Amino acid sequence: MFDSEPIVVGLEIGTSKVCAVVGELLGEGAGVNIVAVGQSPSQGVRKGEIRDVSDVEECVRRAIAEAEEMANVEIRSVYLGVTGGHIRGFNNRGVHPIPSADREITSEDVQDVIKNAKAINLPHENTVLHAIRQHFLVDGQDGVTDPVGMVGSCLEVDMHVVHGNLNRIQNPIRLVRGLQLEVEEVVFTGLAASLALLTNEQKELGALVIDLGGGTTDYAVYADGVIKHTGVLAVGGDHVTQDLALGLTVPISLAERLKLEHGGAFVDEEVKGRILTLPSEHGFTGTAVNLENLRRIMHLRLEETLDLVAQDVDNAGLLPHLRAGVVLCGGGARVPGLTRLAEQVFKLPVTVGHTTAISGLKSTLDQPEFAAPLGLVKFAALKARSRTERRSGWHRVKRFFSEVFSFSSPGETS
Amino acid sequence: MSTETAPDPIASAASPAAATALVAKIFGVGTAGVRLLERMRQGEFEGAKLVAVDTEAAAVGAVAAFAEALLLETRPLRGLGTGGDPERGRAAAEENLQKLKDACRGVDIVCIVAGLGGGSGTGISPVLAQVARESGALTLAFALLPFDCEGNRRLRQAREGLEALRAAADGVICLPCQKLFGVVGENASVVEAFAAVSHVWLDGLRGVWRLVARPGLIPIHFGELSALLRGRHADSCFATAEAAGTTRSRDVIEKLFAHPLLDGGAGLREADAALVSLLGGPDLTMVEVHRVMEQISEQCPRAQIVMGAAVDETHRERLAVTLIATRPCPTPKTEPARARPARNPSSRSDNATLEFDSDFLHPVETPRPPARLVPPAPPLSAEEREQLLARTAAREAAGRKRAPRMRQTQLPLEIVSKGRFDRTEPTVHQGEDLDLPTFLRRGVKLN
Repeated sequence: MFDSEPIVVGLEIGTSKVCAVVGELLGEGAGVNIVAVGQSPSQGVRKGEIRDVSDVEECVRRAIAEAEEMANVEIRSVYLGVTGGHIRGFNNRGVHPIPSADREITSEDVQDVIKNAKAINLPHENTVLHAIRQHFLVDGQDGVTDPVGMVGSCLEVDMHVVHGNLNRIQNPIRLVRGLQLEVEEVVFTGLAASLALLTNEQKELGALVIDLGGGTTDYAVYADGVIKHTGVLAVGGDHVTQDLALGLTVPISLAERLKLEHGGAFVDEEVKGRILTLPSEHGFTGTAVNLENLRRIMHLRLEETLDLVAQDVDNAGLLPHLRAGVVLCGGGARVPGLTRLAEQVFKLPVTVGHTTAISGLKSTLDQPEFAAPLGLVKFAALKARSRTERRSGWHRVKRFFSEVFSFSSPGETS
Repeated sequence: MSTETAPDPIASAASPAAATALVAKIFGVGTAGVRLLERMRQGEFEGAKLVAVDTEAAAVGAVAAFAEALLLETRPLRGLGTGGDPERGRAAAEENLQKLKDACRGVDIVCIVAGLGGGSGTGISPVLAQVARESGALTLAFALLPFDCEGNRRLRQAREGLEALRAAADGVICLPCQKLFGVVGENASVVEAFAAVSHVWLDGLRGVWRLVARPGLIPIHFGELSALLRGRHADSCFATAEAAGTTRSRDVIEKLFAHPLLDGGAGLREADAALVSLLGGPDLTMVEVHRVMEQISEQCPRAQIVMGAAVDETHRERLAVTLIATRPCPTPKTEPARARPARNPSSRSDNATLEFDSDFLHPVETPRPPARLVPPAPPLSAEEREQLLARTAAREAAGRKRAPRMRQTQLPLEIVSKGRFDRTEPTVHQGEDLDLPTFLRRGVKLN
């Protein structure tokens, strides 16, 4: 609220919940302090995308109001998390010859090569969500992080580009703007989750972050300290619920409850042949549910989902690079036995992620569901810091902070 | 009048031979008609005087040996034919009106045999029919309609000619060649096909001729025939069948009803008059006659049936049945618009040519589409038609206001409903719809 202690807000409109997290920027390089969280069960969102605008508006309003009340601030702008089956990531390389006589690479050359790398060929209805710098190559020499001052004749840069359908990205932006809130930037939630969960060491070693959300499964792969791959699979917890409702012939609401109370990633020995008799309530007739079936349905769906992610990562040739293993987050990570299932699928160590480098309401927020909104705040903090640095003219000195990421707003590039 | 064979003496010469009988003339008009006359020569048409009418000198000359030749020539034609233009045929006929009148004088039955679609047959026959009728003869026209493949122009001309002929003659029996495909068979050569056509044509002609000319056991009086045809402007179809053996009565009926020109019996059901002529040997039994007649009257419930039977020594153990079913012409004969044009075919043809394309736009005003033996829908009276039009108009008007009031839509039935992902973009991965439960897609059986 005050310029001395600027706040940043991350807003995630998820399929199962709308979550607004308020962070307080601490002084130079001290990170961010989470001061408030506002939540609301989500309605009108399917597979991470808005289906019913008025329902979603109401949910966002409630979540923002709760966060404002808790933090005692007025929220004016948010960093908005977006996801959806249309979002894709790929790697692109930009080339720039060094024209100067002494062959010394200047910061202008760096800007040029990044510009070249962003000039990619997308379907006309798509827009670049993020363009993330990976590595520079100087005369084919790999692994250069800062080429300024080096000598070479050809500067290349690898970029990871996350892009998506412009209209579908703009839907939540428009909705939030309709609520008199500014949207600072839109951030792919898979990326945000990885920001919140991974330590620099994990990024260096190589890790896969899977955000098992309600409507989508977002994932991001880090290797050698940079983002190598991102993706969205529009399958999530809703699908599990839906499968249960169909397979056990129960209403969706009951299926959701069964999933939370009796769900699991494996058909364990103790559930085999067990019948769960549900008491009748509110006029529902008593239902007998076969727990074994419930588990089998869940197991099949979860295994398939993880398998599809594994296939995609494998296709990108990145499975051998995941030395730090797989990190799970999102509501799906709570499913008992999921870690074991993921270990089977990926044949890698799997952990449920813990948010790092964020202080504040840590104990309440250290839940897998909050990885993405916390990541949004962290992203916001990074951006804000780089902005203040740039303003203070320090950015040349302290550049390494934002070295890994070079973000761009959607629509800025095409 | 320039022909040396004056028609009058010949007609009177024919009449004494069968003083009590009728004087009948068969006019072969146009190329097809004249050709058929050649085949008739050896047929059983004794007593009939054959007259060839054509505009081509050569064609007429070829049959001059056995038939009275009537060359209708005008200066522009120079005896070379009409070139497929009915207008020229009509002009030639009108120019030689007196010749035609002379030929028809004193004749009781005029039978016009013509192939429609060309120039001479189409142009001359209506004029000839008109002349014959005015001279007091019962005028019967046997018209042959071209095959569909003979081209639009011929079909159109044939239709127009048929209309004119129907307006002019007492009765028109038409034979659409297209319907004879069934008789001809698939692998028939073109020559065979045309031979088959003329065979059927001849058969029908012979059957009618027998009705009139052969002194029958149960004779059909000329008066009856006249009454049946005259004033009806009938549209007729005919069928002939012949069978031999002990089961001949049953066989002949089967064959008769299977005749392609009857369109599977549809022609009979609408008939309001039917002429049946049976020809058998001396062994023809009453039971057989009864059986045939019973079947026929069952098939045409509305028809007034006139029956004739003849016995011929040569038809021993055989039974031939000729059936002519007439359908009331949908347009009443009192309608002057129809009678007029026949008298002046030039204006009629011009109009028809002009209005040909707009036929469907003015269904009430233009004449009925040409002689199909069986109409696609039952003929409606003017009142019924009005009602039908009003109903469709009302339906259309309603449709404009409230578009899909009663529309059967596709049922949104699927094997499995996608439930809450109903309106979302399906998540398809390598052809698999991931919105469907995994256990269903993998076919895992739940216990």
